Amino acid sequence: MSNVRVLVGTRKGGFILSADGKRKDWTVEGPHFAGWEIYHMKGSPADPDTIYASQSSGWFGQVVQRSKDGGKTWNTVGNQFPYDGVPGTHQWYDGKPHPWEFKRVWHVEPSLSDPETVYAGVEDAALFRSSDGGNSWTELSGLRKHDTGSKWQPGAGGMCLHTILLDPSDPERMYIAISAAGVFRSDDAGSTWRPITRGLNSNFLPDPKAEVGHCVHRIALHKSRPQTLFMQKHWDVMRTDDAGENWHEVSGNLPTDFGFVIDVHAHEPETIYVVPIKSDSEHFPPDGKLRVFRSRTGGNEWEPLTKGLPQENCYVNVLRDAMAIDSLDSCGVYFGTTGGQVYGSSDGGDTWAPIVRDLPAVLSVEVQTLA
Amino acid sequence: MIRVALPAHLRNLAHVDDEITLTVEGPVTQRSILDALEASFPTLRGTIRDYGTQQRRPFIRFFACSEDLSHESPDTLLPAEVADGTEPFLVVGAIAGG
Repeated sequence: MSNVRVLVGTRKGGFILSADGKRKDWTVEGPHFAGWEIYHMKGSPADPDTIYASQSSGWFGQVVQRSKDGGKTWNTVGNQFPYDGVPGTHQWYDGKPHPWEFKRVWHVEPSLSDPETVYAGVEDAALFRSSDGGNSWTELSGLRKHDTGSKWQPGAGGMCLHTILLDPSDPERMYIAISAAGVFRSDDAGSTWRPITRGLNSNFLPDPKAEVGHCVHRIALHKSRPQTLFMQKHWDVMRTDDAGENWHEVSGNLPTDFGFVIDVHAHEPETIYVVPIKSDSEHFPPDGKLRVFRSRTGGNEWEPLTKGLPQENCYVNVLRDAMAIDSLDSCGVYFGTTGGQVYGSSDGGDTWAPIVRDLPAVLSVEVQTLA
Repeated sequence: MIRVALPAHLRNLAHVDDEITLTVEGPVTQRSILDALEASFPTLRGTIRDYGTQQRRPFIRFFACSEDLSHESPDTLLPAEVADGTEPFLVVGAIAGG
């Protein structure tokens, strides 16, 4: 029988939740790296026992950990992320030039085919790659050196490169998203990049349809249709069917189209999930009801999923990297909250149950489906 | 031998339980101690001082002999009691509450 391993990054450590394919009885291990912020942990698709973790601290900076045994033991790898050349400036909150400064790794994305190759999305926004298991990191600087780079500005949470999608059908193609610069695509394995923002509309910008400046919170794709991407933006849920050349809104009947997470069902490429959040200043679910919304039509028509989720007095947030989906036949969906709960569904979202209730605030959730 | 006391999180990272003892060649300064520390424990690189600038990280302090030496030049000689191992060189994380 298959097993699942859920990797949970929190404000005060990392946790590993394990279960068999029934996903009913869970083992909780952790905290790993207690006291440190674990922005993200993710396993290699090519070798699930290889897991990378971003460990950081306001006191001690950035550390990167790697496990070769499925999270039982860990070793530090390289934590130096040097920008390529003289970094130059981006715009600060006041619109003035501000030097690019490395702050932390938000997201680690292992290669689909090589466990020694891993990408890191960092703040201030840049993309790094390691081909030696994380021991050394090289910036893919064509992104930061894009003509628009000097115009990028941070969102309230910092100017973070938080999403990295690798196209499973084309090793040369990848997507990244930055708050608040937008979404970019490379067709040459990360050497050069261009914004793919046609169709995005952000009313907080002087030009709502500007090429850059959109606060993209998360993008997701299904491996069988890599030309189709879904996006949860600062406001608006969006979709493209031509690899980002054109986006259109699919918020439909959602109670609010603000939110952070978005993900796609493992076996149904038109089934997608979001967790609507009331607004950009009220980071909690509308009406105190924690609801996942599912669309089986690729957007526009959404149904609330509530069974097992708190439907009163719930005022947590679900952050952008805090939802994941396993690939068992009956698809499992997981998400974590800033209140420290990790909820799981083993039936595609129809019913939910907390796996753990009292962790530190959850920053990220990933799941591995193990043979 | 130079004695160095690390905060708990860095002891965990370095896999040490107690004070570290180091041999420092030449003048005993913040820089020479940290160079020796990082050479012995590469996992600590970047956690006490910034990789690029080699500046002390903002929420780190250096104490010795009941004095805060954080704002001294990294090349200033440290007290003789540190150099001869009578007193430890303390790497301290700033307090934080809330």
